[in-house]
Amino acid sequence: MALPVAFFAVFFAWPVAAIVARGLKVDGVWQFGRMADVVTQPDIRHVLWFTTWQALASTALTLLLALPAAYVFARLDFPGRQLLRAVVTVPFVLPTVVVGTAFLALVGRGGLLDDLWGVRLDTTVWAILLAHVFFNYAVVVRTVGGLWAQLDPRQEQAARMLGASALRAWRKVTLPALAPAVAAAALMVFLFTFTSFGVVQILGGPTFSTLEVEIYRQTSEVFDLSTAAVLTLVQFVAVGAILAVHAWTVRRRETALRLVDPKVTARRPRGAGQWALLAGVLVTIALLLVLPLAVLVQRSLDAPGFGYYRALTDADGGTFLVAPLHAVWTSLEYAVAATAVAVLIGGLAAAALARRDAGRLMRGFDALLMLPLGVSAVTVGFGFLISLDKPPLDLRQSWILVPLAQALVGAPFVVRTMLPVLRAVDGRLREAAAVLGASPWRVWREVDLPLVRRALLIAAGFAFAVSLGEFGATVFIARPDNPTLPVAVARLLSRPGDLNYGQAMALSTILMVVCAAALLVLERLRTDRTGEF
Amino acid sequence: MLLSLAAATVRFGGRPVLDTVDLDVAEHEVVCVLGPSGSGKSTLLRAVAGLQPLDSGRVLLDGRDQAGVPAHRRGVGLMFQDHQLFPQRDVGGNVAFGLRMHGVPKGGRDAEVGQLLELVGLPGAAGRAVAGLSGGEQQRVALARALAPRPRLLMLDEPLGQLDRSLRERLVVELRELFGRLGTTVLAVTHDQGEAFALADRVVVMRDGRIAQSGTPLEVWQRPADEFVARFLGFDNVVPATVADTAADTPWGKLPVPDGSPQGGRPLLVRPAGVRLVASDEGLPCTVTARTFKGTHVTVHLRPRDGGPRLEAACALRDAPEAGAEVGVEFDVAEIVVLG
Repeated sequence: MALPVAFFAVFFAWPVAAIVARGLKVDGVWQFGRMADVVTQPDIRHVLWFTTWQALASTALTLLLALPAAYVFARLDFPGRQLLRAVVTVPFVLPTVVVGTAFLALVGRGGLLDDLWGVRLDTTVWAILLAHVFFNYAVVVRTVGGLWAQLDPRQEQAARMLGASALRAWRKVTLPALAPAVAAAALMVFLFTFTSFGVVQILGGPTFSTLEVEIYRQTSEVFDLSTAAVLTLVQFVAVGAILAVHAWTVRRRETALRLVDPKVTARRPRGAGQWALLAGVLVTIALLLVLPLAVLVQRSLDAPGFGYYRALTDADGGTFLVAPLHAVWTSLEYAVAATAVAVLIGGLAAAALARRDAGRLMRGFDALLMLPLGVSAVTVGFGFLISLDKPPLDLRQSWILVPLAQALVGAPFVVRTMLPVLRAVDGRLREAAAVLGASPWRVWREVDLPLVRRALLIAAGFAFAVSLGEFGATVFIARPDNPTLPVAVARLLSRPGDLNYGQAMALSTILMVVCAAALLVLERLRTDRTGEF
Repeated sequence: MLLSLAAATVRFGGRPVLDTVDLDVAEHEVVCVLGPSGSGKSTLLRAVAGLQPLDSGRVLLDGRDQAGVPAHRRGVGLMFQDHQLFPQRDVGGNVAFGLRMHGVPKGGRDAEVGQLLELVGLPGAAGRAVAGLSGGEQQRVALARALAPRPRLLMLDEPLGQLDRSLRERLVVELRELFGRLGTTVLAVTHDQGEAFALADRVVVMRDGRIAQSGTPLEVWQRPADEFVARFLGFDNVVPATVADTAADTPWGKLPVPDGSPQGGRPLLVRPAGVRLVASDEGLPCTVTARTFKGTHVTVHLRPRDGGPRLEAACALRDAPEAGAEVGVEFDVAEIVVLG
């Protein structure tokens, strides 16, 4: 337990505190008056307003489009269901930069819709909303559908036998059971979209800016640290509130539901209604999830003879000091290191939290672990630069800085994935081993480890994908001669010219393939008990 | 004594689950703790195994106080109620687990596992997956696994609880034979009196964390210590009585009691076999309210015509009157027990 606490204290709490202090302290005096000044500025208020309403709209749109899919995946059995479930999850592990790029290729200038009908959405908010739906579709399908598949259909049948109509039975029995899961999924989507950075950075243009983008702009372009610090605090409070509500709904969901094996609840679609629903969901997935990725791949191949890909091996473009393809190796190295750190820290934290005698304090730590998911990654990245720059911890020149920041974002995923599995290990199995002569360490190795090995691999996979795609913090601390894939993509996109654009598409495609491959491996390992993601 | 509990007490949230329990188990003895659910019998086993710390009192094994000795160093075996076989290991891996923990080399382990599986009636099952076993087979594997490290004391928690009736009856006999042959010292808990009586040299009845009675199966069956034990054993003909010499005043009239019965106001038990049905103009007049078929006999439920508690009588199938019949009842002094 001590190690995870120390890790989060040194690499999360301290940098965030340092940057807040840097912004709000002038000559050693706290300037709290700045806060009121900042939040009453018209353009900042506009950012706050936009951040909130786009998150609400994205959440509503995601629920609207993904809830039918949650039902279809939970209750209908059709050929290719497993594969399709994996396909739906791919966007969630994709880096935000890739998502942004893919939508740019679909609805942006010179994009597919522009070519066909002259329609461009990249100057409207719709591009952002659709990209958010694309990104978070899987959150709803997984969280709600996962529970839905395990609800005992006999509960509804019992209500039918007591005289309820089909609709009434659903409303009175299934809906209340699902409500906490829907609420939890909606809060996660709201959290992710509220703190959205990469997507808005690429698709928002000069018009649209979320808090996170504004923090980035204030720190790296305007150099107004105090405004950035105030905005960081605002986001911190908002995220803390969202997480508190989320923890509450999760706790409610964990109680008092009798769950069954999801294999027995799905059946072939019957009747026009179910077939229509299935068709509708398949069309939505094709248009919303598959099409942008397909267009991305198609654009990346637009130059003859894999031209854009070959250009990636060339350092002469002037965008970087090294060939863009070099970023692939850098990214992979960083991601492996970050995964190791995240699994170590997250695994230890999960093991400590899973103990039955974990008290209130521990459960509070459980919620704190989620904070890095929501607290401005930009702040963390910049905080790293200004707080870890002097002895005893001078890491500015160290390559380990990037993996550490990425591990911070990956660790919550590890905890979320491992915790339910560790909690589900029957305590009496451990007792059985102890009575047979196994010491506590032996019990862990012989009983716990074999049971959680799959969850551990899945957690590692998620941490890997998250690290690969991490953008907000990495963009600050990655060294110019060692950019990661997302940073390289963003830099290519920020430059004019078809070649840069095409190279961005090609690099995004590579990143997508790596992430998708990691995910498909995971999907084979997945068990029904593993976590929320 | 192999095992001694001295004033062992465990409290959950202030409520005693195990309340100053004293219990001795001698070497090679098979003791069965019998009690309804919630009477603290599983806690008793867990306290001996070292899985549940005592709030006060002591657990001694071979005369040595076990306070501070962790579960894996106590050298006792525990077979769990629902077996708790390790799902990721096959049958052989489960049975060999304890041997591995005790550092038995692989060759010795394999031979031992083969012998144990033969002993429990599953020869050659070492390679089978645990998930594919029936309830009875799981029970046998769990037994083999618990026996493997040769524990000085083997404890069984509801060993046959989840099995169906015919299998249970067969396994009780097999277990009894096996423990006799191996000379194993056994402490078992169950809520099923039939199981306890068939398995044990000595039965200990528990109630609310305390020991209500301890004795051989025959003693407990013939002379239940109090009304609780009598009712728990399935006897329902228990009424308040006032005993004077060899007669007792009861709601059913004046009943004979054996010589030397305790005197004064006490509960009185009439075993169903001691309720004799006679012609309706003799004895206590009753109406038959129902009869239930019990295989070897029929239980006849009776309501005394002049009020008073209902009665159960055991009689042969061909003698059993129809529901609604009017009968007389006489009592057999040999089946009457004045309780403590």
